[in-house]
Amino acid sequence: MTVQDIIKPENLVYQKSKLLTNKPFHYCPGCGHGTVHRIIAEVLEELGVGDKTIGVSPVGCAVMAYDYFDVDFAEAAHGRAPAVATGIKRVWPDKVVFSYQGDGDLAAIGTCETIHTCNRGENITMIFVNNGIYGMTGGQMAPTTLEGMKTATTPYGRKATLPAGAGFDGIPNNGYPLHITELIARLPGTKYVTRQAVYDPAHVRNAKKAIRKAFENQINGKSGVNFVEIVSNCNSNWKMEPVAANKWLVENMLPEYPLGDIKVDGKLVEK
Amino acid sequence: MGELKLMKGNEALAEAAIRYGADAYFGYPITPQSEVIEYLSEQNPYERTGMVVLQAESELAAINMVYGAGASGKRVMTSSSSPGVCLKQEGLAYIAGAEVPCVFADVVRGGPGLGTIQPSQADYFQNTKGGGNGDYRNIVLAPASVQEMCDFVALGFDLAFKYRMAACILSDGAIGQMMEKVVLPDQKPRMTDEEIKAKYPWAINGRKNGTQHRIITSLDLDSAKMEEHNIHLQKKYKEIEEKEVRYEMINCDDAEYVFVAYGSSARIAQKSVQLGREAGLKVGLLRPITLWPYPTKAIDALIKKGVKGFLSVELSCGQMIEDVRLACNGRVKAEHFGRVGGIIHTPEEVLEAMKKQIIGE
Repeated sequence: MTVQDIIKPENLVYQKSKLLTNKPFHYCPGCGHGTVHRIIAEVLEELGVGDKTIGVSPVGCAVMAYDYFDVDFAEAAHGRAPAVATGIKRVWPDKVVFSYQGDGDLAAIGTCETIHTCNRGENITMIFVNNGIYGMTGGQMAPTTLEGMKTATTPYGRKATLPAGAGFDGIPNNGYPLHITELIARLPGTKYVTRQAVYDPAHVRNAKKAIRKAFENQINGKSGVNFVEIVSNCNSNWKMEPVAANKWLVENMLPEYPLGDIKVDGKLVEK
Repeated sequence: MGELKLMKGNEALAEAAIRYGADAYFGYPITPQSEVIEYLSEQNPYERTGMVVLQAESELAAINMVYGAGASGKRVMTSSSSPGVCLKQEGLAYIAGAEVPCVFADVVRGGPGLGTIQPSQADYFQNTKGGGNGDYRNIVLAPASVQEMCDFVALGFDLAFKYRMAACILSDGAIGQMMEKVVLPDQKPRMTDEEIKAKYPWAINGRKNGTQHRIITSLDLDSAKMEEHNIHLQKKYKEIEEKEVRYEMINCDDAEYVFVAYGSSARIAQKSVQLGREAGLKVGLLRPITLWPYPTKAIDALIKKGVKGFLSVELSCGQMIEDVRLACNGRVKAEHFGRVGGIIHTPEEVLEAMKKQIIGE
């Protein structure tokens, strides 16, 4: 049997989504972005909305997401993706509009746009990839960086307040990991808020279901932000091998950012 | 045709946007231009024409909403005043880089910083020389009347879409706040989604079946491509400098000395010309209507006709004077006169400045 004997339509069990281009991802091997891209593209393809979808990419590692999705795309200024998405959705209410942002983009420089877009209840889908660090700029502290976590700008670990010694203890320092997702879930303008992960196949399937719901809600609804946080890794800047990074994610990121639905159909999920 | 009304400059700007068939306005209140969003909200344009009006959470958000909606091929406008326009400069640089058409108005107040809410023309640099990062230009139109506040909305949109860039209506607190009669144009229908898709194939509003996706971005990490993109932008700007210069000349045919002034200063200088002529002085007025592209060639032509000096009259410490001097290139005297801080110069003191600084005793 040759390779050509195997590559036949009847033997096809899986293929890349038609809504992903053939351009190779620039993401580091082991990074979650590629998986998140794939499941978004699969959902859009399954929903049959490739021709009516407009994406908005951030500044950060996913800045060139527009090269990978075969749907119309705008690249936004740092943190402004929700405002750009608002502008598009308001004048094309029948289109499917989504923003794709990282933690620095969505929860630091773009916090204002994030909160107000959610508070207005724009009928869009927001994808938030949280890996607790600035990837593109080389591993500096993010608003979601865990306490004690070492980054390029917290080389001795993130400390909410200055540590004991020299009489400075208790003075404000780097602050606390920002739970932006819990924050926006409290706003009446959000419809569906969930936190997912893509570090293993079971969680990829869950995340895909959540992303599907976030797009279905937009397509079937008139208002309300559908917000999916993906707790992801950054093995390069965490300075770990991919498998170790995923293990670290489970042991450290998930206790701080627990997975699951936070708000469904406009109602907070009771825990 | 047309409807005669008594309106504030800011209201005329807003009404003109509705009548032009604009698709959206995104703005944030700031004195002295809050009437724009107030008028639009009161007029309920969503019911009149389907035009979206949204009060954003900041000028930053507003200009980025403009970026998104403009990138999708719709006709979008925003307005603000000086400190607010500073915040919009980030978005305007992206708009220039990604070639997104839009119109924005700056109803200028005094600065720097929070400055004053009184009229000023100290945003000339901010709007004609960039303001955001990178090598780019915005088309800058300077209305000198409520009528032009109205008319330049249509002109701004036409130019913005012709060249895929931002067009600025650079007004000031005086033009924005004063009431004058204005002839409003007839209501134009908004473009349909199908018309937009056919006319602007670059716009991101959903792929057409079988076609490749469109991308609106200002980014390219390939230096060769980024250089190519910059050369393309400069070529476009060059074409605009050739074709789109607009200005008005008053009493310049036999003038020996010429005031150069735009907007509210031009109205004052026009009176100074009248006073000067009554006193036997051969003075005229060059009123640039486009501040970028600047009427450099008009100044050159005046020098060749025998004009011996220019006085740039601005409500600033001297900004446009730099462009007047570039045009003069040392051949004749060019000086600046202007009051600042919200004080508006009188025709008499402007004429006095011409006598003292240019004509000499």
